Amino acid sequence: MLAAARAIIYRDLLVAVRRRSDVAVALLFFVFVVSLFPLGVGPEPEQLRSIGPGVIWVAALLSSMLCLGRLFEADHADGTLEQLALGAAPLGVVVCAKALAHWLVAGLPLVLIAPLLALQYGLPAPLYGVLALSLLLGTPVLSMIGAIGAALTLGLRGGGVLLALLVLPLFVPVLVLGAGAVEMAAAGIGGQGQLLLLAAMLVAAAALAPWAIAAALRISLE
Amino acid sequence: MLEAADLTCERGARTLFRGLSFRVETGTLLRIAGANGSGKTSLLRILCGLALPARGEVRWKGEPIRRLGEEYSRSLVHIGHAPGLKDELTAAENLAITSTLAGVSASGQAVRDALGRFTIPPEKQIKSLSQGQRRRAALARLALSAEVPLWLLDEPFAALDASASSLVEELIRGHAGRGGAVVYTTHQAAGLRDTRVLEL
Repeated sequence: MLAAARAIIYRDLLVAVRRRSDVAVALLFFVFVVSLFPLGVGPEPEQLRSIGPGVIWVAALLSSMLCLGRLFEADHADGTLEQLALGAAPLGVVVCAKALAHWLVAGLPLVLIAPLLALQYGLPAPLYGVLALSLLLGTPVLSMIGAIGAALTLGLRGGGVLLALLVLPLFVPVLVLGAGAVEMAAAGIGGQGQLLLLAAMLVAAAALAPWAIAAALRISLE
Repeated sequence: MLEAADLTCERGARTLFRGLSFRVETGTLLRIAGANGSGKTSLLRILCGLALPARGEVRWKGEPIRRLGEEYSRSLVHIGHAPGLKDELTAAENLAITSTLAGVSASGQAVRDALGRFTIPPEKQIKSLSQGQRRRAALARLALSAEVPLWLLDEPFAALDASASSLVEELIRGHAGRGGAVVYTTHQAAGLRDTRVLEL
């Protein structure tokens, strides 16, 4: 089972490395959106400090959406999804590995680059750690929830729009908690509560989402 | 070994086949024949568990395949219309990963030998291969699947040249000779003797 999970992560990372454009588009989108706001709203430091966490979180959310459509689509088109469904490992384990690979490619780079981009918003130094931690806990949840939507809309005409309509409302609690953690820390009242809730959501998503994704994929494959 | 009991398959309002029952014993070959759209691929997908029949069930060694889950998956090789290969990976990487996912352990040398039998360069990326070569790279999996008892092959001879077709026939015959079972679809009158034919 672990060998199968390792093989899927290795395969998806190898494909991402050899098809860099998909990863680059999502990352550049994140960089541009975060960098455009200070240019649009002006250089007022107080205003930038107050909108910074929210802007970075919304940009991260939209950026992770960009790659979701291809999460199962490419595997479906080339027939490898059928092989995964007929593999020796349970489909729940397989999709868990795929979601992890997706996060490593689409989520982790955002976590790493976000503190650097946050410099444009003049956030106090202690907040960079809170921002990175909130993204570290929140972006895997986005990948898990997004994968459920991607599996449900697999092979549907206009699936991209439907996917956005399905998953964006489910992303809202993650967005509120993630941006809220940084804002609470900025206000000096700590963001531990939000971070703990994000951690709880991550545990719940890791435990439940794979089985939901597997069930959705089986329906889509039929 | 493999048993289809009273299978009915519907696509939308259309019934592709109804009340279909048959058995595939060890060491036997079954060719599914029929016109385009008669349900050959749908039947194979039902037999491997990718699709559900409208009625009836498929049993493996007497047990419904739905109950067996991954245990049944480990007992079969399914090669469908799509080659199941990643364009960005080399032929060897594809075959090694596919084998791992199927629970078949294959060394790097075994992978290269399997591809060599189908004259596919192991280090060549799939995107640089022709359609026929891709098909051969996908079918190279059969050379590593001697221990897997049930092969379900959808149009295994499509897009193959004469030598590759002969090799696939040889692999299928060899598998049946070892006590395996093979169910395959084809439009061509394959040169495989002792094949039962199921006309849809």
